[in-house]
Amino acid sequence: MNRARRIRLQLFRGVTFVIMGAFFLVPIAGMFEFSTRGRGLNAPRTLEAWTSIVTYPDLVAAIVASLELALITSVGMLLLLVPTMIWVRLRLPELARTIEFICLLPLTIPAIVLVAGLVPIYKWIAINLVDSILTLAFAYLVLVLPYAYRTLYAGLSAIDVKTLSEAARSLGAGWPAVMWRIIVPNMSVALLNACLLSVAVVLGEYTIANLLNYVNVQVAIQLLGRANAGVSIAVAVASLLFAFLLLVVLSFVGRPRARVARAEG
Amino acid sequence: MAATSSPSATARSTRGGVEVRLEDLRRRYAGVTALDGLSLTLAPGELVALLGPSGCGKTTALRLVAGLEEADGGRVTIGGADVTRRPANKRDVGMVFQAYSLFPHMTAWENVAFGLQMRKVRPADRRRRAMETLELVGLQGFANRYAHQLSGGQQQRVALARALAIQPKVLLLDEPLSALDAKVRARLRDEIRRVQLEVGITALFVTHDQEEALAIADRVGVMRSGRLEQLGPPTTIYARPATPFVAEFVGLTNRLSGLVRDGSVEVRGTRLPLVQPDAPDGPAVALVRPEAVTLSRDGEAASGPLVGIVIATAFLGALSRVTVDLGDVTVLAQLPTSEAGAHAAGTRVRLALRPDPVLISRED
Ligand SMILES: Nc1ncnc2c1ncn2[C@@H]1O[C@H](COP(=O)(O)OP(=O)(O)OP(=O)(O)O)[C@@H](O)[C@H]1O
Ligand SMILES: [Mg+2]
Repeated sequence: MNRARRIRLQLFRGVTFVIMGAFFLVPIAGMFEFSTRGRGLNAPRTLEAWTSIVTYPDLVAAIVASLELALITSVGMLLLLVPTMIWVRLRLPELARTIEFICLLPLTIPAIVLVAGLVPIYKWIAINLVDSILTLAFAYLVLVLPYAYRTLYAGLSAIDVKTLSEAARSLGAGWPAVMWRIIVPNMSVALLNACLLSVAVVLGEYTIANLLNYVNVQVAIQLLGRANAGVSIAVAVASLLFAFLLLVVLSFVGRPRARVARAEG
Repeated sequence: MAATSSPSATARSTRGGVEVRLEDLRRRYAGVTALDGLSLTLAPGELVALLGPSGCGKTTALRLVAGLEEADGGRVTIGGADVTRRPANKRDVGMVFQAYSLFPHMTAWENVAFGLQMRKVRPADRRRRAMETLELVGLQGFANRYAHQLSGGQQQRVALARALAIQPKVLLLDEPLSALDAKVRARLRDEIRRVQLEVGITALFVTHDQEEALAIADRVGVMRSGRLEQLGPPTTIYARPATPFVAEFVGLTNRLSGLVRDGSVEVRGTRLPLVQPDAPDGPAVALVRPEAVTLSRDGEAASGPLVGIVIATAFLGALSRVTVDLGDVTVLAQLPTSEAGAHAAGTRVRLALRPDPVLISRED
């Protein structure tokens, strides 16, 4: 009886896995198929669309810009959130709820509404300071807050920040040393996860960039799709695969580390 | 002495301990007075145990000395220097926490070496001194283990070594044994005392376990609601408690109602001298230690105020504790196990109260 149940469960799991896998993979496979078609009905398969990605300077620029944005957003997110969250946990626990509320807010605000608020600010920045796509990093910082906050929160909760930092301080460590030598090394997995999620969010972002008239990789794909569908699809597949790769990496580093004991005699 | 660097020699060579003073320390948390004018002076090299019920301010006192919490009033001096306004990382204080304070990403020796690294000791010296300190606490074989590969007792030893490695002026321990099981607790308690004596460091040991406090300390300070109720050597605290609170907190006590008259108290037909003979006359509750109660067989079955029936016997090894029901009250008697055997549950016994000076309590 128990055995039958287990088999049924296994079966259910297997079927779910296959369906979900198909759900994600079939479109990607279809896109890949499309991006490798030759011209004409019976033309042989070709990687021309893929190799010609680099021949579209606008596209390359957009890819580079998106990667830069991902980097800036991740670094900014870490610099903003990590010290704030540690400080709140140690010194201002009564602020924890407020901080959480603020950080989760972007999740409930549609991108379009966010943009409505951002447009005047970006206009002002473009006119008075710089008009660069990299200024999108500010908007993206807001966008990644909920994901990064949740991840970092879990990482912080897994260690006894208070006791560890007090132990370190009584041993002579100042606040920077407490931060960098004690807390950060013990939540490195959470830091990495927060970064990967931020990168994934930034690389997949379309609405804000488009509405603010900046060409990031998603906007470029969309623009190119009108001129050369093959290339645009190839880039889309590549960015999907990249995001997929990030998530795989994430799920592996997220596992509890089996620390290697340097055995002694 | 030879120039061999035996671990104890290195650790001992550093000092003989300094005086630590807590003067009129005050600390309030939103509505709660945690410390209400605590004053305490630790002699150089002395181990003082702070004992008291939960919430009486023991941890707060320790944290004020460590600089992990700021005082609302009062002063802390270490070796004559006023450190009240000095941040925790500049105080030269070694702290051992209740549990789980080892840095998880460092091995045992790296943990011990961390404080030396903060003091900019050269890497080679750091490692050597960390190893020596680990040897002092008997853990030389475990230098490369991570915290999760050590037992609770071993983790606390590493924590002790880590606190001592920086050669602090004071050692502070906040219930370092309370997360361990009874056997390990007793052994590690003696071990902490041995190391403390060997290093000669002044130490403040917080606990709510009276047995632990009496066993380890040069002097015990019993705290109540943020202040010291009594401070003295363990024997004094136990044998001559200054107040009913101390008497009841340190060791078991029978509460027997009686009548104070002319400097003594009459309890169930027996006159007992008072610790404080100037107490005013009137009804009071006498606090009688179980070891001051003796039992005898009551062959004639005569009834009287001190005749009762044994309802339970607890064997504590060499001693036993017998509970006697006197009808309106139960009394604990502590006697050698060999004698307790004669008083099985259900037997009638006659109690006698040894005329030791007793404390009285007027509160209910
Ligand atoms: N950070 C804090 N915020 C508010 N109140 C606090 C804080 N720390 C301690 N208190 C209060 O101060 C009082 C003394 O606390 P403390 O931790 O010093 O007690 P303790 O004697 O160490 O008790 P225990 O044996 O339970 O550890 C308690 O009433 C406690 O509730
Ligand atoms: Mg405490």
